[in-house]
Amino acid sequence: MTTTTLATPTAGPGAPVGLPKTQSSALGHALADSRVLLGRNLKHLLRNPEQFFQAVSLPMILTLLFRYLLGGAFTGGGQAYIDYVLPGLMAISMGFNSTTTVVGVTNDMRSGLVERFRSMPATTPAVLIAHVSAAVLRNMLSLVVMIGVGLAVGFRPHAGVGGWLAAIGFLLLFNITLSWIAALLGVAATTVEGATGLSMILVFVPYLTSAMVPTSTMPAGLRAVVDNQPFTPLIDAVRKLLADAPLGNSVWVALLWWLGILAVTVPYTLRVFERRARKRR
Amino acid sequence: MISEHAIEARGLRKSYGEHKVLSDVDLKVERGTLLALLGPNGAGKTTLVRILATLDTPDGGTAAVVGRDVVTQTAAVRELIGLTSQDAAIDEMLTGRENLVMMGRLFHLPKDAAVARATELLEVFDLADAADKPLSTYSGGMRRRLDIAVSLLGSPPVLFLDEPTTGLDPRSRQALWETIKKLLASGTTILLTTQYLDEADELADRIAVLDGGRIVAEGTADELKRQVGTERLVLRLADAAAVAQALRMTGGTRLDGDRVSVAVDDPGQVRRLLNQAADAGLPVLSVQLHQPTLDDVFLTLTGDSAGEAK
Ligand SMILES: Nc1ncnc2c1ncn2[C@@H]1O[C@H](COP(=O)(O)OP(=O)(O)OP(=O)(O)O)[C@@H](O)[C@H]1O
Ligand SMILES: [Mg+2]
Repeated sequence: MTTTTLATPTAGPGAPVGLPKTQSSALGHALADSRVLLGRNLKHLLRNPEQFFQAVSLPMILTLLFRYLLGGAFTGGGQAYIDYVLPGLMAISMGFNSTTTVVGVTNDMRSGLVERFRSMPATTPAVLIAHVSAAVLRNMLSLVVMIGVGLAVGFRPHAGVGGWLAAIGFLLLFNITLSWIAALLGVAATTVEGATGLSMILVFVPYLTSAMVPTSTMPAGLRAVVDNQPFTPLIDAVRKLLADAPLGNSVWVALLWWLGILAVTVPYTLRVFERRARKRR
Repeated sequence: MISEHAIEARGLRKSYGEHKVLSDVDLKVERGTLLALLGPNGAGKTTLVRILATLDTPDGGTAAVVGRDVVTQTAAVRELIGLTSQDAAIDEMLTGRENLVMMGRLFHLPKDAAVARATELLEVFDLADAADKPLSTYSGGMRRRLDIAVSLLGSPPVLFLDEPTTGLDPRSRQALWETIKKLLASGTTILLTTQYLDEADELADRIAVLDGGRIVAEGTADELKRQVGTERLVLRLADAAAVAQALRMTGGTRLDGDRVSVAVDDPGQVRRLLNQAADAGLPVLSVQLHQPTLDDVFLTLTGDSAGEAK
């Protein structure tokens, strides 16, 4: 029969009455939630051999491949080829790494995990922030591996401290922006298979750049495309900064492109995320 | 507005495109009680739970959890509810304990409280032995239990359980029933959807039957059973043609393959029905008289669609 209990309902079986909840501002909670979820993403990285392979072994293999297999045939416009190609390979590896983020985000959207977070007091977009932060860390790991292996096989940057800092700054801006784009693709994909397909954009676009050969060697039509897309000025800027070469305007072009893309992508991704998260799977 | 009702919905409507799922749903769940929501597949049970748990917005009508509006006060509602969805929502690459601690922290428990609460719930749900194994080694029932444990992390006063025992073996089901009873005893309000009528009979203070976008019946199990007659006469028939004929003749409902159940209010009606069957030459194999069950309620109230799905 029905019994009316007006007593304040409290805890579950054996639960301490009135669990202490952390008091914090909305921003404080958002940061804390993102940190908790970043911990989850990092566990995924360590437990998933494919992810680890992609972040560590692939950059190593790419560096060695271009240094020894192709380095004899290609030239880098006066530079040693490894000096020319390494900044391009950095962009290419980060593109590869994005697949993990795209698929991971789609998975969370589809698996019901995001839906569960939405029913909780948690800050739901923290899922994205954690994925992006994990991607940024994964990419930094790849960069360290590439620079280490590169130095071992003849990469000889001439940059001073300022040049290095500027190059690292550019790589970080590119890294963060690319990771947000990956998150956007992950949010936009409706299936995990679709996510894999979409992530190929970030895998292949870095090849359509000055990454491997100077654009002056390309046919005019292709060159027009390659010169005027955001990846080329970014790669050129990093290459010139590391080589301590005259910078020209590539630095400013790169900065404008990537700051602009970042400024558009972050709010747009969050908006699409809110909309998609609401939709029933 | 102070309400005695932990969950209250009025005139809820929801369509997906052209498809009207909820057309006018009223629902009240008193504090500290369990309401079982029954309905055939596709009736809209999950849709209703999703609206009440702030995951979806209704096209019309209002709903509140402990007096907080589920559309305009989502943050307040989310502090008060626990939800176990029909499909498990846990991280496959983490262990059971890691899942609980992570989710506990997302409920904004301090770290050590989250760890302690995880250990406690692993005990309650008989998962202590598997606590530190990856989810890939868990059986379906273990996942289900972990999933329910997650929804209890924040000790919510209001709990939504969408078909919580689907896929559990009888022993796990019993154990979960015991846990649900303990939750009720501690004052938790529960809205549970289920396909198992014995589950509703066992746990529910009140039962609501959702069909055709509306609540078609609501009351205690006994009230609902009385609604479909004091006694049921069950005829077992020889073939499908005979079943069809018997349904036409008696206005009863089809229980399963070859059985037809008819409400009877007095012994005279039993005699009349049997005479009628004999006169029509209906091949009746056996006759049984019993108290109505929730099966009868369900099948009578939700029409033929549920009978087909069985
Ligand atoms: N995203 C969607 N788009 C269109 N129709 C949908 C969507 N989600 C659910 N439906 C439809 O809404 C109806 C109600 O679905 P719901 O899941 O609420 O039913 P249910 O009572 O929970 O069923 P079950 O017992 O199978 O879990 C179904 O007919 C379903 O096909
Ligand atoms: Mg359902």
